[in-house]
Amino acid sequence: MTAFLEMTNVSKVFSAGIIRRQHTVAVDDVTMTIDEQSPSILAVAGESGSGKTTLARLLLGVIPPSSGEVIYRGQSVDDLSREQRRTYLREIQPIFQDPFESYNPFYKVDHVLTVPAQKFQLAATKQETTRLIHEALDMVGLQPAETLGRFPHQLSGGQRQRVMVARAMLLRPRLIVADEPVSMVDASLRATILESIRRMKQELGISVVYITHDLTTAYQIADNILVMYKGSVVEAGSVEQVIRDPKHPYTQLLVSSIPQPDPSLPWGAEGEIAGDPESMEVAAVGCKFVDRCPVAFAPCAGQRPPLYHEHPSRAAACFRYDDAPTLEGENLDLVFERQLASQPASGSEEQAAN
Amino acid sequence: MKNGAVLTVNDLRVYYDTPAGTVKAVDGVSFDLRPGERLGLVGESGSGKSTMALALMRMHKPPARIAGGEVLLDGVGDVMELDDEGLRRIRLDRLALVPQGAMNSLNPVMRVRDQLADGIRTHEPGDDRDALTARIRAQLARVGLDADVGGKFPHELSGGMKQRVAIAIGTSLSPSVIIADEPTSALDVVVQRQVMETLRSVQEEIGASVLIVGHDMGLMAQIADRMGVMYAGKLVELAPVHDLFTNPQHPYTRLLIESVPTLMAKRALASIPGAPPTLINVPPGCPFHPRCPSAFEPCDSEVPLPTSQNGRVVSCHLYPGEAA
Ligand SMILES: Nc1ncnc2c1ncn2[C@@H]1O[C@H](COP(=O)(O)OP(=O)(O)OP(=O)(O)O)[C@@H](O)[C@H]1O
Ligand SMILES: Nc1ncnc2c1ncn2[C@@H]1O[C@H](COP(=O)(O)OP(=O)(O)OP(=O)(O)O)[C@@H](O)[C@H]1O
Ligand code: SF4
Ligand code: SF4
Ligand SMILES: [Mg+2]
Ligand SMILES: [Mg+2]
Repeated sequence: MTAFLEMTNVSKVFSAGIIRRQHTVAVDDVTMTIDEQSPSILAVAGESGSGKTTLARLLLGVIPPSSGEVIYRGQSVDDLSREQRRTYLREIQPIFQDPFESYNPFYKVDHVLTVPAQKFQLAATKQETTRLIHEALDMVGLQPAETLGRFPHQLSGGQRQRVMVARAMLLRPRLIVADEPVSMVDASLRATILESIRRMKQELGISVVYITHDLTTAYQIADNILVMYKGSVVEAGSVEQVIRDPKHPYTQLLVSSIPQPDPSLPWGAEGEIAGDPESMEVAAVGCKFVDRCPVAFAPCAGQRPPLYHEHPSRAAACFRYDDAPTLEGENLDLVFERQLASQPASGSEEQAAN
Repeated sequence: MKNGAVLTVNDLRVYYDTPAGTVKAVDGVSFDLRPGERLGLVGESGSGKSTMALALMRMHKPPARIAGGEVLLDGVGDVMELDDEGLRRIRLDRLALVPQGAMNSLNPVMRVRDQLADGIRTHEPGDDRDALTARIRAQLARVGLDADVGGKFPHELSGGMKQRVAIAIGTSLSPSVIIADEPTSALDVVVQRQVMETLRSVQEEIGASVLIVGHDMGLMAQIADRMGVMYAGKLVELAPVHDLFTNPQHPYTRLLIESVPTLMAKRALASIPGAPPTLINVPPGCPFHPRCPSAFEPCDSEVPLPTSQNGRVVSCHLYPGEAA
């Protein structure tokens, strides 16, 4: 059975500077699969510059990998025929952080919905196109009458972002790659947008890659999570395991740095950030986190730690877990939970249904 | 100046004139900023927070216009009345803005040290080269950056470093008021915490007051002393941070806090029913009434005025206290 989308040992290196060439390994050897049979939401977290957006752009086929392959329905994305590429571009849809940048201010918002509908020939007639557009807007809780016919600046940020979610849904993709879709909106809108993304998975069977800084919402809507640090996956697994019980010292730092919405709780543990937090240099050998790691020990500087499969649904790239076997083929699929129902008890559903 | 405030905003109104009508983005907002405090400002997306942040410095652009009110800066007077020369003098020196998204606010073709020098030179032209270099170095150190960052261009820096550079520029002349619009919303939590610590330490060192605009309720809970909540162009509640979180009074504030997810339990994400109003056509009476679970008789016709009690201000008919 061929998977919908696979990444096999994918790396992306950016080179900059003419005289002193600098190489940034933005994504370092990632292997994973997104299949169709069991749609899931995968959160991608990690610090600024850790390679999250690069990973998204590789999945979307916007940039080619420097090594390794992105494989769509059994075929390398590089070798797709025109027709296949067209389907690929429809089946994987992006949602970006700032919805305003996705709009042309001179066109009504209808434009972002009708153009792709025509381009991908979603419907035979105009009426049918309109019906599909209305259906997609309904799904994200927008009233077509109050949305269509307006210019982008006449909608609020959250409305604009929901139009982008509707647009993505309109194309009936199999995968949505959402890069920081809610970091610019208030908590209530954040909830509305994330619930509409979750409904896409539940009702339409669409998988989602949810890139975010916000581990709390990742915990709420995702099934699995992948934590990146300077291009490498340092920890991966189910959100229950990784966020509730993080094993990699970087993930632990990330989780303890979440500011709690309660002024009586402290923000992070005292003095736990060692080293230079944002040095962009990475040692050629050894653990990439070694200069900041509070628990580094002898082996850390000598070799790069592989992912250790220390729990059935979690792996961590840290020598502290070297008792455990290494993750076979560094394949993240082995720790991702497929059938896990991330859904809350149905009793609390009404709250979100607006 | 009321009770020694650094900045007093009285009934500020900022409107956008658009072909579709007048957008009342800031509609009668009043508050004080106290010496040394960190005041957080949250609220619905599109409720007028950024418009107000810019207008306080008179940095708003057409079609926005000041439709009324005053902004009294301690020792200066009404900022809304200053001429260009007066404005130039107070910006950076007394009132500084760390704008939304440092990536866009830094000049991409200028080295960091030149961007820092620019602000210092226009205000203090007397400094010689060596003194200027020393100041830039000290300013970078203040935000936790190495001196060699001065020689870099913005694209060579990470998001967190750029945000710190923006703070370094904003605070280079030790202003008494710093306005920071979403200073960390594009950063991960670890860097966010470092940037906020940086802002806090610089603020404490120079004794400034800070107005922080943001969406992250967790961050606000951790950093703010007092918090203001905006809805549809109005400041609907203002309270010490602890009171606001433990005992929110305005129904919008309460629902906003309830919609913040936690790591405690997995549940459907709660959002506030109904849609935010367009600011061209704000509902009559209390602007929140179509969505308010506690709405009662006067709400759809009478505008609730701010009332104050125990150091808190709220605009809601449920609290008919003393007029603020
Ligand atoms: N086009 C490019 N040319 C050169 N370097 C690049 C390019 N795109 C990204 N990089 C570098 O690759 C690394 C990863 O960047 P990426 O944008 O993927 O990070 P990110 O995790 O999305 O960060 P953020 O959280 O800030 O959005 C960074 O060091 C970045 O500077
Ligand atoms: N140039 C403009 N022309 C017309 N209306 C505008 C303009 N800029 C902003 N607005 C409107 O003014 C209102 C306030 O916008 P503002 O950017 O101040 O909100 P905000 O509270 O900062 O929102 P966010 O939290 O999403 O950043 C919004 O309804 C917006 O649509
Ligand atoms: S491998 Fe060593 S340095 Fe790296 S995270 Fe683990 S303990 Fe720390
Ligand atoms: S004034 Fe009335 S409608 Fe407005 S918030 Fe208070 S109770 Fe609700
Ligand atoms: Mg990114
Ligand atoms: Mg804003």
